[in-house]
Amino acid sequence: MVRRFVFCCLLLMSLTGAAMSLDELRFYLRSEPKTFNPALVADDSSETVRYLTGGVLVRLNRQTQQPEPELAVSWKLSNGGRTITFQLRQGVRFSDGTPFTARDVKYTMDALVDPAVHSPTADSFRSQQGTPRIVILASDRITITFPAAVAGLDKLFDQVAIVSASSPKREMAALGPFYVAEYKPGSYVYLRRNPNYWKRGESGRQLPYLDAVRLEIQANRDIEVLKFTRNEIHLINAMDADYFDKLSRSSPGKVRDAGPGMDTEQMWFNQVPSAPIAAYKLDWFRSRNFRQAVSAAISRDDLCRVVFAGHATAARGPVSPANKFWFNANLPPARHDTQIALQLLSKDGFRLKDGRLTDRSGHPVEFSIVTNAGNRSRERMATMIQADLRSIGITVNVVTLDFPSLLERIGETFNYEAALLGMTNVELDPNAVMNVWLSSGDEHQWNPRQKTPASPWEAEIDRLMRTQAASLDEKARKQSFDRVQEIVATELPFIYLVNKNTLLGVSPVLQGVVPVATRPQAYWNVERLRFSKEMAGDAK
Amino acid sequence: MKAVRITAVVLASLIVMLSLVGSLLPQFDYCLQDRQNFSAQPSPQHWLGTDALGRDRLARLLHGTRVSLLLAPAAAALSMVLAFLFGAVPGFAGGAGERIAKVLIDLMLSIPWLFLLLMVRALLPLNTSPVVSATITFAMLGLLGWGVPARVMLARARALREAEFVLSARAVGISRARLLSVHVAPNLLPVVAAQFWIAVPVFILAEANLSLLGLGVSEPMPSLGSLLAEMEGLLTVRGDFGCFAAPLVLLLMVGSLQVVAYDWEVS
Repeated sequence: MVRRFVFCCLLLMSLTGAAMSLDELRFYLRSEPKTFNPALVADDSSETVRYLTGGVLVRLNRQTQQPEPELAVSWKLSNGGRTITFQLRQGVRFSDGTPFTARDVKYTMDALVDPAVHSPTADSFRSQQGTPRIVILASDRITITFPAAVAGLDKLFDQVAIVSASSPKREMAALGPFYVAEYKPGSYVYLRRNPNYWKRGESGRQLPYLDAVRLEIQANRDIEVLKFTRNEIHLINAMDADYFDKLSRSSPGKVRDAGPGMDTEQMWFNQVPSAPIAAYKLDWFRSRNFRQAVSAAISRDDLCRVVFAGHATAARGPVSPANKFWFNANLPPARHDTQIALQLLSKDGFRLKDGRLTDRSGHPVEFSIVTNAGNRSRERMATMIQADLRSIGITVNVVTLDFPSLLERIGETFNYEAALLGMTNVELDPNAVMNVWLSSGDEHQWNPRQKTPASPWEAEIDRLMRTQAASLDEKARKQSFDRVQEIVATELPFIYLVNKNTLLGVSPVLQGVVPVATRPQAYWNVERLRFSKEMAGDAK
Repeated sequence: MKAVRITAVVLASLIVMLSLVGSLLPQFDYCLQDRQNFSAQPSPQHWLGTDALGRDRLARLLHGTRVSLLLAPAAAALSMVLAFLFGAVPGFAGGAGERIAKVLIDLMLSIPWLFLLLMVRALLPLNTSPVVSATITFAMLGLLGWGVPARVMLARARALREAEFVLSARAVGISRARLLSVHVAPNLLPVVAAQFWIAVPVFILAEANLSLLGLGVSEPMPSLGSLLAEMEGLLTVRGDFGCFAAPLVLLLMVGSLQVVAYDWEVS
């Protein structure tokens, strides 16, 4: 009996030891992944799994922001940007051993553009009605012809994970560095190293270096940070400034500030003509002088310093400096000057008397800013804006609403005066935000779904956005979009406030992490991440 | 027990006095943002330090306590009036009225009040001043919080309906209205008072819950709830001793009120 017990203990110890010796990267998903089908990915968690498991023809290098060959060794654009021909990599196999051929690419693209599938990934490819024509030229050569030219076409394939046409495992057979080995709903997703992954490191060793990735599902940020401080997880992909600030004091070696991120925080005034707000307020909100005055009265530097503990940059316009190609560096930085603000207001007949600003009809200037409840940084920004605008005699009421109510007000009933929200920018190309800039767009928040542009400058933005979308000349596109940024910085339909920095938590035992601004900021080069052998005992 | 009661009364009175007097002093400006000195530790300039926007924590605590201590009892009083109308009156009257009241109370207790509050809050006009928004928040709590005291009052009123002194009074021909106002109501008073003292801390905590969701009293006005909301993250409050003052005051206040309420019930 004793012998059996001792044997069991030894067996258990050896198994535990084997498990501990695995190079297993651990981090948290903040919600349940909704799907493992790459074509249907729409949420962050599913996107994480897709990125770690999916093999793509072209990968956008997150550091250089340039497309690089992956499963396609080369590609060629022709036919005025409508056709793309891929030369595929040979000898590649899926995680289950099924060979990768042009048939798999055709199968993936057919499924992706099938209207019945409703793939969010396919939206980027739809420049015009009609389905693309996909022709297999050889087992390693395929051509895809779209009904119309698609700007930045090659970069769009970064989102298209190739699915096997013949594997019995279908989308669970992976071409990426890992494959889904186990999934326990509500608990974790366990990814194992793809034994057939094609990529090799500098020394010729097959990648990835890691044996497994364990993605625990945990929505609570507090728990995430606590587990990180206890070395139970190795990465935090995006961290709030509050946590970052605390961690940088207690464990400076475990946090990284990668500089401005892609996302923007902005406020805007409701300019919808049919909005249920007083006509005189609508007149204020439509006045460029009024919007410029409000912008000048806001201290963006204080927002960066106080709300984000210095881990943010004052925004100049709609594009973050993190977007290297599309950012217009010629835009002047927004100036904080209450005197300029009052001069601009006086041009429109506003008067400051006894600390209160009134319009030319004698109405006291007062409006509300809505923002989403529970978002501490936005609540703080709104409170600081409230104090800044008080200095020019404007009374601001800060209203925090639950998200569904907020969306209903800004998107359906238009029953609001000003809003403070952020925009998450996943893609670099301005075509991804056409819906925001076109006056007919649903996301043209200050006055959406216009039949004809309400102002000459909106008509000009429409023209420039359409021009750049139809052009394949990157220089010409950039010129057009630079002009859009200039118009936006002058007219201020959105008053851009800050670009939050990309703040990461990275365990010192993890090597090869190169933080970048674009998603996934910490593990975009996951196949090259490895654990430091010297410090392995600390956190593995 | 007497010493505990006296301590509780003294503590509650002290908190009320300090919040009322302190919040009126000009040096305690609750919305002044010292942006060069945010998230500061306690100092001679800021006794409890400053919050994330550089506002003096002591000033915000004094004002927040005043807001909560003025509005929570008002909301509790509103609740008691409703509880008396929907609990005590039908309980004493009996018959169909009592049955309808019971259904109504059960209905009230089964409503997920948090969602109802969220809904009502979303329907409110946006341009309400912080004072009005605070009043509305507590008024909503008062309007929705009468279920439990109504059930207690209904049970007590029903028991009084069968009491000998009530039966005797009815036998000599006293009208129901006079019976209720002169004989029953004074007997219900200890129950009402006990329920009132229970409701006050409940409403303070309910407002704290709403503030944690960002739906309590609007900025820049503080309340005990919004001050508690600053402690949302365990890591962010680590080493930040000033932010513990609000829960301490709330604890002392609620504890004192509970002792007073218990005393009322016993008496």
